[in-house]
Amino acid sequence: MGLYTSYYAYGLPLFVTIVIGLYLLFTGSGEAFNVGRFLEETSPYAWASVGIGMCIGLSVLGAGWGIFITGSSILGGGVRAPRIRTKNLISIIFCEVVAIYGVIIGIVYSSRMTNVPDTLLYTPNNYYTGFALFWGGLTVGACNLLCGICVGVTGSTAALADAADPDLFVKILVVEVFGSILGLFGLIVGLLIVARADEFAAPAAAVVSPFVTLH
Amino acid sequence: MEALFFNVDHGFLEGIVRGYKAGLLTQAQYNNLTQCESIEDLRTQLSSTDYGGFLANEPLPISTSTIADKATQMLVDQFNYLRGNAVEPLTKFFDYITYAYMIDNVVLLITGVVHERNTQELLERCHPLGLFETLPALCVATNVEELYRTVLIETPLAPYFRDCLSAADLDDLNIEIIRNTLYKAYLEDFHAFCQTLGESTAGVMSAILAFEADRRAINITLNSFGTELSKERRARLFPTVGRLYPAGNNTLARADDVDQIRAACEGVAEYRTFFDSSGGGGQNARAGESSAHLLGDEDGAGAGAAELEDRFFAHEVHLNRLAFLQQFSFAVFYAYVKLKEQEIRNVTWIAECIAQDARDRIHDYIPTL
Repeated sequence: MGLYTSYYAYGLPLFVTIVIGLYLLFTGSGEAFNVGRFLEETSPYAWASVGIGMCIGLSVLGAGWGIFITGSSILGGGVRAPRIRTKNLISIIFCEVVAIYGVIIGIVYSSRMTNVPDTLLYTPNNYYTGFALFWGGLTVGACNLLCGICVGVTGSTAALADAADPDLFVKILVVEVFGSILGLFGLIVGLLIVARADEFAAPAAAVVSPFVTLH
Repeated sequence: MEALFFNVDHGFLEGIVRGYKAGLLTQAQYNNLTQCESIEDLRTQLSSTDYGGFLANEPLPISTSTIADKATQMLVDQFNYLRGNAVEPLTKFFDYITYAYMIDNVVLLITGVVHERNTQELLERCHPLGLFETLPALCVATNVEELYRTVLIETPLAPYFRDCLSAADLDDLNIEIIRNTLYKAYLEDFHAFCQTLGESTAGVMSAILAFEADRRAINITLNSFGTELSKERRARLFPTVGRLYPAGNNTLARADDVDQIRAACEGVAEYRTFFDSSGGGGQNARAGESSAHLLGDEDGAGAGAAELEDRFFAHEVHLNRLAFLQQFSFAVFYAYVKLKEQEIRNVTWIAECIAQDARDRIHDYIPTL
């Protein structure tokens, strides 16, 4: 990457951001950057839905990525050594499992979504549920994305190694199994994060954030 | 990072080429081949290997050249299959592999024309990987500029020719200079291209190309002793991508005998062993040779040079084998072509030894696996 490319990619956006930030700060509207307000104003539903979407989306991305890396190597290696095709479906299944983790978590998370009227939504419990679903979903999604890539690359190597020397298959499969366990870690942590988050529920007495304007 | 995206375009072909590589002859199969009593035996042995029935339809006294031709044809078929399925930048990489053969063909044809050989015969001897449409038209050329203007400007070799235009006439010395200048430009260009293909390809390919460059530099120096090639011109023929560059190349450029070549190679640990027992004997034999054999003509060289050449080949095979240890790189395609070529040379050598009943030399092939 040339000097100008990196300048336009990183330097310029950073410079513009700083200038705008300083302008707002010195003209008395520094309050525009109010992280707390942003967090409180945003509907917990938005957090929850984005979390669930990230969870399933990133998981499927990881699984798909892994499957194409493995799959193309199995196809190529299988031309001269057709015996590898059935055995190496295990690698594909390992990748697929990653997507299933995402689906499971997605289902568990979406069960927390219930319909609560807008006026009764902004309670500490509901905030917690929203944030828990968001960060839980992100955790699971990122874990599964990396796990899928990891299993895909090792699976591709396993297929080519198996084609060259059948003895190697089991040995490399062990590596792959450990790789696929990584996704399980994400799944467990994802479940623990939402363990204490209740469903969205209307409180006995509505407590509304001062930032939220009600109609 | 190659692991993430390499397989999108090239995963299938890498699988295929690794499959091809698994079909190369093993040591046990070589042992069986060397036990053969006759060429028919050899054919039977080969039919149980990856070669299959490639000689099945040949009429019976099978000449060794037929074996070589048919085996090369197999390689060419595999290569064309790979190239047909490739997408950029792998297609370009395959093109670069063929440029080396094109250079050889061009030089072969020009040499043949200078010596007034039969064109048709020459075209048959050209390597099929290096054929291009306008190749036969080379036969009409009488000097370098004409050669460039009429034929080569249309081919991918044109940019490499830029440095050759100073050579005015086509005589033996100039042809060798043209060959080496072309090769130098080609190696440097290929090396630069490989650097753009990502880390793993760049790493493996620069090791292979660096060795190729050094081998050429050493060979040029060895063969220029006792010829009218001046030292300055010799220095200009050395590729600048090798591991000997720049210090070793400078020493090579000033070298007057084999000992100085050995000294130039001291800097690279792998190259030291090449000269352990070679040289000496072959040196005198070569001094009287004509300048026509600056490079590549192994038959005329002395025993020492032949031994050195074998060691070069063995080291090349070693490097090419290493290329297969790295996944997600283009180097496997190059390495496979080179390994297969070496295997064809081996099979031809064994066949030749059987045909000429030279059993004591039959084990002098260079094992590929």
